[in-house]
Amino acid sequence: MDYLALYVTLKLAVVTTAFLMFIAAPVAYLLAYCRFTGKSLVEALLYLPMALPPTVIGFYLIIIMGPKGFVGKAWGFLTGESLLFTFIGITIASTIYSIPFAVQPMKAAFSKIDRRLLEAAYVLGLSKRATFFRVIIPNSINGIAAAAVLVFLHSIGAFGVLLMVGGSIPGKTKVASIAIYEAVEMMNYQTAGMIALSFIPISYAFLLLVNKLNEGMQK
Amino acid sequence: MTIEASLKKGLKYFDLDVSFSCAKNNMLVMIGPSGGGKTTIIRMLAGLGKPAEGRIIFDNEIWLDSAQNINLTPQKRRLGYVFQDYNLFPHLNLFDNAAFAAVDKKEVDELFSIFKIGHLKKRKPHMVSGGERQRCAICQALARHPRILLLDEPFSALDAVTRRGLREELKNLKGNMSFPIIYVTHDITEALYLADEILPVVDGKIDHQWMQKMIVREPSVEPPFRAAREPRLSLVY
Repeated sequence: MDYLALYVTLKLAVVTTAFLMFIAAPVAYLLAYCRFTGKSLVEALLYLPMALPPTVIGFYLIIIMGPKGFVGKAWGFLTGESLLFTFIGITIASTIYSIPFAVQPMKAAFSKIDRRLLEAAYVLGLSKRATFFRVIIPNSINGIAAAAVLVFLHSIGAFGVLLMVGGSIPGKTKVASIAIYEAVEMMNYQTAGMIALSFIPISYAFLLLVNKLNEGMQK
Repeated sequence: MTIEASLKKGLKYFDLDVSFSCAKNNMLVMIGPSGGGKTTIIRMLAGLGKPAEGRIIFDNEIWLDSAQNINLTPQKRRLGYVFQDYNLFPHLNLFDNAAFAAVDKKEVDELFSIFKIGHLKKRKPHMVSGGERQRCAICQALARHPRILLLDEPFSALDAVTRRGLREELKNLKGNMSFPIIYVTHDITEALYLADEILPVVDGKIDHQWMQKMIVREPSVEPPFRAAREPRLSLVY
């Protein structure tokens, strides 16, 4: 049983989820409440990772995160290290890969809040920022939690993108889905089966949670 | 403390063009048919809507002046605004709702006992009646120490008995409030009962004859000298 790969997977999923919640919240706010030119173009661009084959995303990430890409160059300049084949590298990849799964449910939850509630908050003297934290977030907490769970599930399942950007370095970038693939390639069905089996209860439990949260939102 | 406003804006079916003022201790009741621009005016006073042209001055403080391009945000106007039914935040209990923007949280208890909802402090808005919600909404607005109170058909979603009760409470309370109150309604009885001054708004204009037109019967049908009010008004209830 490859506990190390499972550990890397969970670590990656937790970091990605936490990171993405912070980035996606303001983006979802802009999409839900602000009008600006080119909004639908921006929105479609953000959802692109959902529509593209993971290997296509992986390919472009290699290009920009590689030693000649602008992200890779900047990272190399700051730290003197390469971004490919590192945990940080696959975290970035997994974050980009999961953006749509964070932004879309959050935007939906924000849009559901009655605008008059926001007006009531403004009249009571709350700034837009304070309204976001004291009115919008507490009233869309189910949607935010659903987004977090979806991102988490999506990142434990990532394979192609991570394999291209991170390769398979045990303890660093070798996640469980890659470990399963490699075990099967080496005809080691028992190891593959054990890791595969450990996914089922986790994914099932989280899906139940998503359904509960969505039910709560409709009330 | 006096608010003076003159507002102009082209709306879909008519042009809004009104000017009025309201002094402290005074209740100005804006009355008129639905869709006549009353809520639009109130929203402009609150800073939630913007006229094409106009001025709003509160005690020498300019809230809005289209000529100088001044338009204070709702946050800076420090006013109380009670909507028909949308003031309360569903995630907070009644006490936290009223204390949401309170200057002094201790006053909330006092307000709750005046409005007789002290026993409901811990309830969420969806667990209490519409009348209790509106009482809480008024507490929420008053706890903020507003400089002016705007009430936009605050009782019109309530049943007749509750509405009458709340109307009386509001009238009793009026004496203690040292700020202007602007009250919007389409109910003539309510207007006559509460108002110090009545401002009929019809199709975006002030029409001082509107009340009479509504109240007085057609002279050809009834003799003009009959006491016009009573019978027609009781129907409005």
